[in-house]
Amino acid sequence: MSSSLTDIPVRGGNITAVPANSPLERKGLTKKEIAADHPTWCPGCGDFSVLALYFKLIEKRKLWHEKITTVAGIGCSSRFPYFVQAHGVHYIHGRALPFASGISLSRPDLHLFVFGGDGDAFSIGGNHFTHTARKNIKMTYVVMDNWVYGLTKKQTSPTSPLGFKSKTDIGGATDQPINPMKQAIAAGATFVARTTHSNPNHVLQMMEAAMDHDGFSFIECLSECVEFYEGAFDASNPRKGGVFNTVPADHDVTDELAAYKLSGEAFPGKFGIFYKATRATKNANEAKVVAAAREKTASLKDWEILQKSFDRLK
Amino acid sequence: MSDATLTAPASGGTPKVSRVSEAIIRIAGNSQDGIQAIGGFLARLAGRSEQEVMTHMTIPATISGGPSIFQVRIGSGEVLSSGDEADVLLAFYQHSYEGHINSLKKGGIVLYDSDHVEPKPEWQKDYHHVGVPISGLTVEAIGGTAKDKGKNIYALGLVAKMFDLNIPKLEKLIGERFTSKDPSILNNALAAFHAGYSHSLGSVIETFAFVESQKKGRPQVVMNGNEAMGYGLIAAGVRFGAGYPITPWSDIMELLRRELPKYGGSFIQCEDEIASISMAIGGSYGGRVAVTGSSGPGISLKTEALGWAVMAEIPLVIVDIQRGGPSTGMPTNVEQSDLNIACFGGHGDSPRVVIAPADVEDCFYSAIEAVNIARKYSVPVILLSDQAIATRIEAFAEPNLETICQDISPDLTPVASHKPYDLSAADGVTQHLAPGTRIEDGVYPIATGLEHDEYGHPTGSPKLHSQMNAKRRKKLQTLAASLPTPNIYGPAEGNVLLVGWGSTQGPIKEAVDRARATGDSVSSIHIRHINPLPPGLENIFAGFNHVLVVEMNDEGLYGYGQLGGVLRACFGDKKIRGITKTDGLTFKVKEIVEKARANVATGLRKL
Repeated sequence: MSSSLTDIPVRGGNITAVPANSPLERKGLTKKEIAADHPTWCPGCGDFSVLALYFKLIEKRKLWHEKITTVAGIGCSSRFPYFVQAHGVHYIHGRALPFASGISLSRPDLHLFVFGGDGDAFSIGGNHFTHTARKNIKMTYVVMDNWVYGLTKKQTSPTSPLGFKSKTDIGGATDQPINPMKQAIAAGATFVARTTHSNPNHVLQMMEAAMDHDGFSFIECLSECVEFYEGAFDASNPRKGGVFNTVPADHDVTDELAAYKLSGEAFPGKFGIFYKATRATKNANEAKVVAAAREKTASLKDWEILQKSFDRLK
Repeated sequence: MSDATLTAPASGGTPKVSRVSEAIIRIAGNSQDGIQAIGGFLARLAGRSEQEVMTHMTIPATISGGPSIFQVRIGSGEVLSSGDEADVLLAFYQHSYEGHINSLKKGGIVLYDSDHVEPKPEWQKDYHHVGVPISGLTVEAIGGTAKDKGKNIYALGLVAKMFDLNIPKLEKLIGERFTSKDPSILNNALAAFHAGYSHSLGSVIETFAFVESQKKGRPQVVMNGNEAMGYGLIAAGVRFGAGYPITPWSDIMELLRRELPKYGGSFIQCEDEIASISMAIGGSYGGRVAVTGSSGPGISLKTEALGWAVMAEIPLVIVDIQRGGPSTGMPTNVEQSDLNIACFGGHGDSPRVVIAPADVEDCFYSAIEAVNIARKYSVPVILLSDQAIATRIEAFAEPNLETICQDISPDLTPVASHKPYDLSAADGVTQHLAPGTRIEDGVYPIATGLEHDEYGHPTGSPKLHSQMNAKRRKKLQTLAASLPTPNIYGPAEGNVLLVGWGSTQGPIKEAVDRARATGDSVSSIHIRHINPLPPGLENIFAGFNHVLVVEMNDEGLYGYGQLGGVLRACFGDKKIRGITKTDGLTFKVKEIVEKARANVATGLRKL
């Protein structure tokens, strides 16, 4: 690459640049154009609404097929990429974040969205969640949290509340559940938000804010599993007699401690952006390293740079 | 020293000067003494003098310190191995002296630090003993309290004197090494070097001078296998990678982390092995072949993701610098016991490519080959190197970088339509399309680990699973057909064929030379393409009564090593047997010859 990491090198006769992303030339995609396979989720699954709102986001923000990359791990929600008509990746269980990081760090021209469930994010992929957050690698990660393993048919998940009866905890779950919001804040995520599938406008609002954030943006989206954990989130759904309370207007999103306190509230707690910080992204830090190194090599062809190294090995 | 064996010491006067075509020098001390630096200087000097060189080192697995050796073999002619027995042993401590005197040939010279070593009378008759108070004289030369610093450079001066080495070239090398802003560091080094060089070795021994090298060609570069592989990846156009530290892979990771930004690229240190292969596959998916690597346990951890890359048909290069296993095993020792995991590791049928470089130079070219195969066949390629090749230094003809370096930037030209897993390709070969590429018919591909249809969408169809398995297999069969048949070293017909792979090429060839010199009927081949195997092996095997596969791994439950097992599975030929060992050390030429003789009850000569 003779250019920096922040733009895709275009050279050689057979390589042409992607046309400039001008809304004048191409209009936004319709839902019909962006929808691929019909989702395989159970009727009534909360994931449907998250998918519908992802389509709405793509439509509203006039994103193009080829500019979006949707990545997922394994789980019900991780089927997501098959339902989106765009470049997509269905990776292995728990490792969607490092995979997406590889795309993010080498292809900054793409909008990168990762979707997954609570098992993917906080159990098998827990380590990756921590490190992607602390490195602040630019992407949006939506965890569709249903508090249960659905694809494998009702085992305890890392976010299952104490007492939840599953096939692996017939007497009720006894392990302290993970609090995704606390986890994200402690790991150093720079955008931490909470929403629920039953409030579509709020989901879209959070997705837009996350997409516009320069860094690792994390959304916990409650998404009910009607098959194995029906009614789990009723207390947060006004239509089911619950309450949907947004983050108080006076909450300071840059106050880590306040965000942490907010995360500790008893269910249904609050919804909205809990924490948002400005910190250099891994992408920017790497670009800086490249820029510093390129100061000495920018005028040289790649082989000449290597020749210099070889000259020192004689 | 092949031309002149050591003779009785010259009696008085000037020492006798013998002209030699090669020398093996073993330096034994502790790892913090900078003995690798002495070896490095000697190797680099040989490279600049158009000589061949090969080194061999052992490093302790401890965090700091511990006994360590560095052996360097310099030759004016071809150097195939680092040598079985040393001509000169440079011993810094009693343990170095006692532990390594056996590696010195009878009549060889032991040059020892008399401040630390008490020579044993019983060894005086077999070896020429030359004691020099190296520690004390170093302090005398450079003063201060730098007692343990600089004695390696002082000893280098002694060796330079003994072998009449080119002093201006060595001074230049020392200058290039000590580039600190503080000039006193270089001055001290040069002072120590000159003090060593000026020290009289007395009249007790002869000194040596190398005959002029026959080689006249391109200038040589001198580096170890890990460096060659790292630079090879850069030459191949790799600009992104990810890894996790583990010995002996870490050197490549550090090199790429340091070098790639110069080219606009990046290498990421990850939280673990799984993240690093995942990130590298993500980078490859982005459109430019990326690299990850590891050793031993790290490779085990990466296998699930490797299987995904096979299934999703994403190109990738995975470096495996083998070490002793299983588990944590012998982290700083050599072994060739990852062949099975490289070829077959993982669940399901997951064909991938495995290439094993045969020497340091080959590490450079194999890296380029790996990248190009990965791209062409959309498949993960494993570069199966090992600890010995990774750490040994060799000189090789400088590659023509202007013609070799390649640009593999992603092609984002819009396409009319795209089937990522098109079954109509007869050879099974399809290309990965980078994200960012517009597809005009609006149907976009999914890269997936689920069995899939031609667009990457999941399928439970038994027919499609069979067809896709065949597709993934067929493309490697296509590759196999294009591979070159290995050259036979020695006659194409005979009694015994030695088959090697990886770092053992040199010692095996030398074993063939040695055995043939005494009338044995032995030839050898070296297999670089481990999976798929190259064509024509069966024909080669047909020319021999015995096929002995030489490899540094266990003989296994059925009596042959890992490549031996693969060859047996391929050819079902009972004459294929193994010469194996797992002592954590490289094969000595003598070992190969003796084991081959013992293995063939009828003797090596029978035709």
